[in-house]
Amino acid sequence: MREMNSSTIPAAPVNILRHNRSQPPFAPAAHLAARERPPTINRTTPRISSLLVLAAAVGAAIGLSLWIGSTTSSFAELRHALLAPDGQVSDIAIREIRWPRTVTALAAGAALGMAGTLIQGHTRNPIAEPGLLGINQGAALAIVSVAAFTGPQPAWTQALLALGGALLAALVVFGIGRIDGRGGSPITLLLVGAAVTALCAGVVSAIVLLSEAALETLRFWQVGSVVQGYESFLSLWPLLIAGTVLALANARGLNALTLGEDSARSLGITALHARGLGLAAIVALSGLAVTLAGPIAFLGLLVPHIARRIFGADYRWVIPGSALCGALLLCVADVLGRMLARPGELPVGVVIALLGAPFFIYVARRRKAVSV
Amino acid sequence: MSTRAIPKPAQVLRARRAAATGLLLLAVAFAAFCLHLAIGGTPIAIGDVLATLFGAAPDARTELAILEFRLPRSVAAVLAGAGFGVAGALTQNVARNPLASPDILGVTNGAALGAVCVLAISAHTAGRSELLVLYGLPVAATVGGLLVSALVFALVWRSSLESNRLVLVGLGFSGLCAALTSWMLTLGEIYNAQQALTWLAGTINAISWADLAIAPAVIVLGLVAAALLRNQREVLALDSDTSRALGMHLGRDRVLMLGIASLLAIAATVIAGPLAFVALASGHAARLVARGTIPPVPHAALIGAIFVLLADLLAARAFPVILPAGVATAVIGAPYLIFLVIRQSKIRQRG
Repeated sequence: MREMNSSTIPAAPVNILRHNRSQPPFAPAAHLAARERPPTINRTTPRISSLLVLAAAVGAAIGLSLWIGSTTSSFAELRHALLAPDGQVSDIAIREIRWPRTVTALAAGAALGMAGTLIQGHTRNPIAEPGLLGINQGAALAIVSVAAFTGPQPAWTQALLALGGALLAALVVFGIGRIDGRGGSPITLLLVGAAVTALCAGVVSAIVLLSEAALETLRFWQVGSVVQGYESFLSLWPLLIAGTVLALANARGLNALTLGEDSARSLGITALHARGLGLAAIVALSGLAVTLAGPIAFLGLLVPHIARRIFGADYRWVIPGSALCGALLLCVADVLGRMLARPGELPVGVVIALLGAPFFIYVARRRKAVSV
Repeated sequence: MSTRAIPKPAQVLRARRAAATGLLLLAVAFAAFCLHLAIGGTPIAIGDVLATLFGAAPDARTELAILEFRLPRSVAAVLAGAGFGVAGALTQNVARNPLASPDILGVTNGAALGAVCVLAISAHTAGRSELLVLYGLPVAATVGGLLVSALVFALVWRSSLESNRLVLVGLGFSGLCAALTSWMLTLGEIYNAQQALTWLAGTINAISWADLAIAPAVIVLGLVAAALLRNQREVLALDSDTSRALGMHLGRDRVLMLGIASLLAIAATVIAGPLAFVALASGHAARLVARGTIPPVPHAALIGAIFVLLADLLAARAFPVILPAGVATAVIGAPYLIFLVIRQSKIRQRG
C-alpha cells in the first residue's frame, strides 16, 4: 500500500529507488516475471544434514547417559563395559542400570515428541501436547486403577490399558474442545486438559494413598521417570514401530489439512480419515510413552517447536525430526536429573517441566500464539 | 447520592435476592459445620454437638473430643474455604474472567513452593526445626505466592488482564512451581517426606489450635477489606475505559485488589495446603447464586467454606483410609471447570 501511494506523490522516484534498489524502477514486466517464478530452493539436502546432525547428537547423548551416573565412569571403564564386559562393578552399572534407562528414555522421548507434533498439527494449537491435555494422565489412571485392584499387570496389559485411558481422555478433551469450532481454541483445549489432568491426578493419588501395598510401585505414576520401563520396552517395541508408522503415514494428510479441510479434500485427502489416523497415532504413542515412563508433561510441547524451527512446515520431515528431538531431549534431561540432585536423582518428568514450563510461558505470551 | 435515595426496582430485587440467598447459604454452611463436627471416628449426635458449642456439653469426653480435636479441623476448613472463595471472587472480578483464580494462576502453587522450601531446610536444622516451621513457613509461603502473582500479572499487564493469556501464563507458572516443588522434595531429603506430600495434596487432618495462629487473622482482615472495597469492585467490573472515565485509579485499585486476593489465597494455603479448584469454583458459583455484576464477598466466603467442609467430610470419612481433602476438591472441582469452559465458549459463540 505504502509503495503504491508513494508513487503518486512528487517524491516518488526517491522512494521507488529506495524500495526496489535491485530492480530497475520502470520495468514492471521483468519485476512480475521474477516474482512468478521463484528460484527453486533445494530444501532436501539441508534437511537430510539436519537429520544426520540430530542423529549424531542422539548418539552423543547415549554416550553421556552411559558415562554419567551417580558416579561418573572413566573412559576406560566405559570401553571395558561396552567391548569386553566381565562383570566388574562399573560393567554392571553401565550395562544393567544405565543402558536400560537410556533405551527407555529414547523410546519414550521419541514417542512423546511425535505425539506432540501430531497434536499441535491437528489442533493447529502451539500450546497443545499430550501431557497438558490430560491424555498422559488418563493413561496413567487406567494403569493405576487396575493395578490397585488386581496387582501389577504384564507389560502388554498395561499398554492396552494405557491406550484405552489415553483414548478416553483424548475423546473427552477434543470432544469438549470442539464446541469452540474446528480443532478447538487453544484456551478451551488447555483448560479442559487441565481439568482432566487434575481429575485423573486426584484419583491416582487417592488410589495410591488407599492401596498401601502398591504405594512404592505406584508412586512412579505420579511424576514420570525412566528408571523402570526397560522390561516393558523389551516386549512393547512393536507398539513404538506401529505408532511411528502411523505417524509417518499421517504426514501427507496433515500437510494437506494445514491448508484447511476444503483444500485437503480437493487434494484427495478425506479429513475424517486423516484425523482418525492422527488420533490413532497420538493414542498409540502417548499410551506407549506413559507405560514406559509415566505421565511426562511439557516434552510434547517443546519438541514440535524445535522440530518446526529446524525442518520447516513439511510434516514428512517434521515428524521424524521430532522423534529424534524428543529422544535427544528426554535422554539429556535424564542425565541432567542425575547431575542436579546428587547423590539422589531428579525424576526426568521434573527436569522436563523445569525446562518446558518457562518455554510454555514464553509461547503463551507471544502475540500470535494461535496459529501453527 | 440521589440515585441511592430513589432505588430502582431492579436494584431492590437484586439486593433482596442477594440477602435471601446469603441467609440460605449461611444456614447451609452452619449445617455443614455441625455435620463436620458430628461425623468422625465415633459419631456424636447433632444435639450433643449443638449443646457443646453453646457451652452445655453432655459429658467431659464429648466436650474434649469436640472442642479440642474436631473444632480446630472444622474451623480450619471454614477459614481456608472462605479465604480461597473470596480470593477467587476478587481475582475474577479484577481480571473480568471467570477462569482467573489464584489456583489456576499459580499463586497457591507458589505459596506451596515457599512452604516446601522451609520444610526442606528444616530437615537439616536439628533442634530449632519446629520454630522454623511455625514462623518460617507462613513467611516463605507469602513470599512465594506474592512473587508468582507479581510475575504472572507483570507479564500480561501490558496486553490486557482480561485476555486469556493471563490464564495461560498462570498455568505455565503453576507447572513451573509444581516442578520446583518436586525438586525441593528430592533435594532436601526430607525425613518427613510423607508429611510434605500429604500437605501438598491439601489436608486439614491433624490440625490443632496451635496451628491456627497467624493465618486466620490474615483471612479475617482480608475478608473485611474485600467487603469494604465493594464500590471499587463494582467499578472494576465495568470495562477499563468506562472505569477510567469514571475517574478510577485503575492500576492502583487493581493492584490493591489482587494483593488482597493473593494474601487470602496464601493464608488459606498455609492453613490447608493448596486445595485445588476451591477458589475457581466458589468465586464463580457465588456470582451465579447472587446474580449480580460482581460475586458478593459473603456468598463467596460461605460457598468456599461449604465446599471445603463437605469435600473434607467425603475424603476423610467415605473411605477406609483418611484421604487429604485436596483429592476430593480436585475430583469435584475439575468437572466444574469443564462446565465453566463449555458455558463460556457458548457465551462467546453467541457473541
